Amino acid sequence: MATTNPRNLSEQMPASGFKKFWADYSESPLAVAALIVFLTILFIAIFAPFISPTNPYDLATVDIMNSRLPPGSEDFSGNLFILGTDGAGRDMLSSIFYGLRVSLGVGAFSGLVALVFGAIMGLSAAYFGGRYETLVMRVVDIQLSFPSILMALVILAIFGKGVEKTIIALILVQWAYYARAARASALVEKNKEYVEAAKCLALSDRRIILSHITPNCMAPLIVVGTLQTAHAISLEATLSFLGLGLPITEPSLGLLIGNGFEFMYSGDYWISIFPGVALLITIVSINLVGDQLRDIFNPRLQR
Amino acid sequence: MTAFILRRSLQSVFVLFVMSLLVFIGVNLVGNPVDMLINPEADQAEIERVIRDLGLDRPVTEQYWYFLVNAFQGDLGKSFVFGEPALKLIIQRMPATFELALFSLLIAIVFGIPLGIYAGLKPNSKISKTIMAGSILGFSMPTFWVGIILIMFFAVHLGWLPSTGRGELGTFLGVTSSIFTLDGLSHIFLPAFNLALFKLSSVIRLARAGTREIILQDYIKFARAKGLSESRVINVHLLKNILIPIVTVIGLEFGSLIAFSTVTETVFAWPGMGKLIIEAIYNLDRPIVVAYLMIIVFIFVTLNLVVDITYSFLDPRVRIKGEA
Repeated sequence: MATTNPRNLSEQMPASGFKKFWADYSESPLAVAALIVFLTILFIAIFAPFISPTNPYDLATVDIMNSRLPPGSEDFSGNLFILGTDGAGRDMLSSIFYGLRVSLGVGAFSGLVALVFGAIMGLSAAYFGGRYETLVMRVVDIQLSFPSILMALVILAIFGKGVEKTIIALILVQWAYYARAARASALVEKNKEYVEAAKCLALSDRRIILSHITPNCMAPLIVVGTLQTAHAISLEATLSFLGLGLPITEPSLGLLIGNGFEFMYSGDYWISIFPGVALLITIVSINLVGDQLRDIFNPRLQR
Repeated sequence: MTAFILRRSLQSVFVLFVMSLLVFIGVNLVGNPVDMLINPEADQAEIERVIRDLGLDRPVTEQYWYFLVNAFQGDLGKSFVFGEPALKLIIQRMPATFELALFSLLIAIVFGIPLGIYAGLKPNSKISKTIMAGSILGFSMPTFWVGIILIMFFAVHLGWLPSTGRGELGTFLGVTSSIFTLDGLSHIFLPAFNLALFKLSSVIRLARAGTREIILQDYIKFARAKGLSESRVINVHLLKNILIPIVTVIGLEFGSLIAFSTVTETVFAWPGMGKLIIEAIYNLDRPIVVAYLMIIVFIFVTLNLVVDITYSFLDPRVRIKGEA
C-alpha cells in the first residue's frame, strides 16, 4: 500500500469495499478502541431499559430514604448502588444508562436531519449555482460566523424549552456545517465526466444530484457528521445543564450533571461526576472515530 | 479599497438589521410576559396600567418600529424584572465579562504557544504526546463540566480558591477590575481557566502545526547555518511566523469567548452579562434578551468587519476577489 502511483490507486478503488476500509481504519489501535467503546455505549443506550439495575423513573421502586448514598453502598433490602444515588434516591448507574439514551438519541436524530437538510441545500447550491448559490452560501457564512452556543441560546429563547425545541435548535445550528461540506465536494464532482455523461443522457437534475453526485460526496459528509454529532451531544448537554434544553421528564446527561451541581458543595461528588464521565467518554470516542475516518477519506493522506 | 470597505460595512449594517428583526420577532413569540410579571392578585386596572407602561398593547409592527428608533438612540427598552434600562444593566455587567474573556485569552496565549512550539519541535517525545492528548481532551470536554470539576477539586476539596463571585475590585490607571487585587485574582483564576481551556487547545494545535511547517523552511535552516543560538531561532524566526494564523484565529474567536462565557459565568456565579442573559431567558425578560443579542451581534459583526478589512490590507487577493 506504499505506492503513490495514481493509476494504481484508481485501479484498487472499485475492489476496495469494506475490507480495505477496515484495513485502513484498524491501522490505528486507538481508533479501534474508540470504536469498540462507542459501540458499547450505543448498545447501552439502545438496551438501557433491559440492562439497567433499576428503572430510575419508576416512582414505585425509588425510595427517598436512599438519597445521596455514596458509590458502592447498599440499602436495607440489599440493593447495591455501584455509582451511588442522587438527591431523590435514584440509582446513578441506571440514570446514566437512561441519560445516554436521551443524549445519544437527541444528538443522532438532530444530526441526521441536519445532515439531510444541509446536504440538500449544499448540493443544490453547488449544482445550480448563480444567485441561488450566493444566497444559500451567504446565509451559511453569516450563521457560521456566530458560535453555535449563541445560535442555540437565541433559538431556545425564542421557542422555549422542550424536546422538540431542543432538536429544532440543534438542527438549525448544525445544518450550515453540512451545507458547507456538501457544497465543497459537490463543486469538485459536478465538473467530472460522469456528471457530463449523465447530463447528455438528459437525466433530470434531481436524479443527477441524488443518484450520481450524492454518493460521491458521502465521505466528507460522514466525517463532518461524526464530529458534528459529538458536538451536538455536548451542546445539548450544555443547554440542558443551563436549564434551557430538555425538560426534567427527559433527563439527559447534561441534566443529571446539573442536578448534581447543588450537592457538590457538600462533597457529594458522584452525582455530577459520573454522568460527566459518561458524557466525556461518549464525546471522546466519537471524536476519535471521526478523526480516523477523516484520515482515511482524506485524499492528501491517501497511502 | 474604499469601495471594498464601504461595501463590506453596508453588508454589516444589513446583517445587523436582519438580526434585529429576527431577534425581535422571535422573542415576541415567547410566552406571555403579562402573566409572568404581574402580581396574580393585581386588579384589572393595575394589569392594564402595566401593559401600557411596557408597551405590550401596541401591534407588533409598531413595537418593532419604536424598538428600532429607540435602538438608534441607545435605548433598548426597560427590563421587566429590574425596571431599569436594559442597555444600562448590560453595560454595567460588561466589564466583568470582558475582563474574564481577556484574562482567558491571556492564559490561552501564555500557556498555549510555548506548549504548542514544544510539541512541534519534539513531536515524538512523551511530553509532546501528553500535551496533544491533553488538547484533544480540552476540545472534547464540555465547558460546564470542566467548571464543575475545577470547583470540586480546587474549591471544595482543596479549598485553595474561591468558586463564586468576582472578589474585591481594584483600580489601576482608571480601570476597575478584579485582576488588580490578590483577592480578585484568586476569584478570576478558576473561571478564566475554565473558559480558556477550549481556546488553549486550539492555540496549542495551531502553534504545533505552524512550528512543524516552518521549522522545515529555508530561512530557519539558514538561521541555524549562520550559527544563531537555538533560542534566537525559536524566539525570533519561528515565533514571528507562527503568530500570523494564531492572531487571526484569536481575533475572530474573541467573540466566541464572550458567547461561551454565558456557561462559565453561570457555573461560577460570575456577575457578567452572560449570567444576566441566562437569567433573563428564564424570566422571559424580553428587553434584556433583545438588548444582549443586539450587543453581541454588534460585537461579532464589528469583529468580522475589522478582521476582513485588516486581511484585505495584508492580502490583496481578498480585495480583488471581493470587488469582482
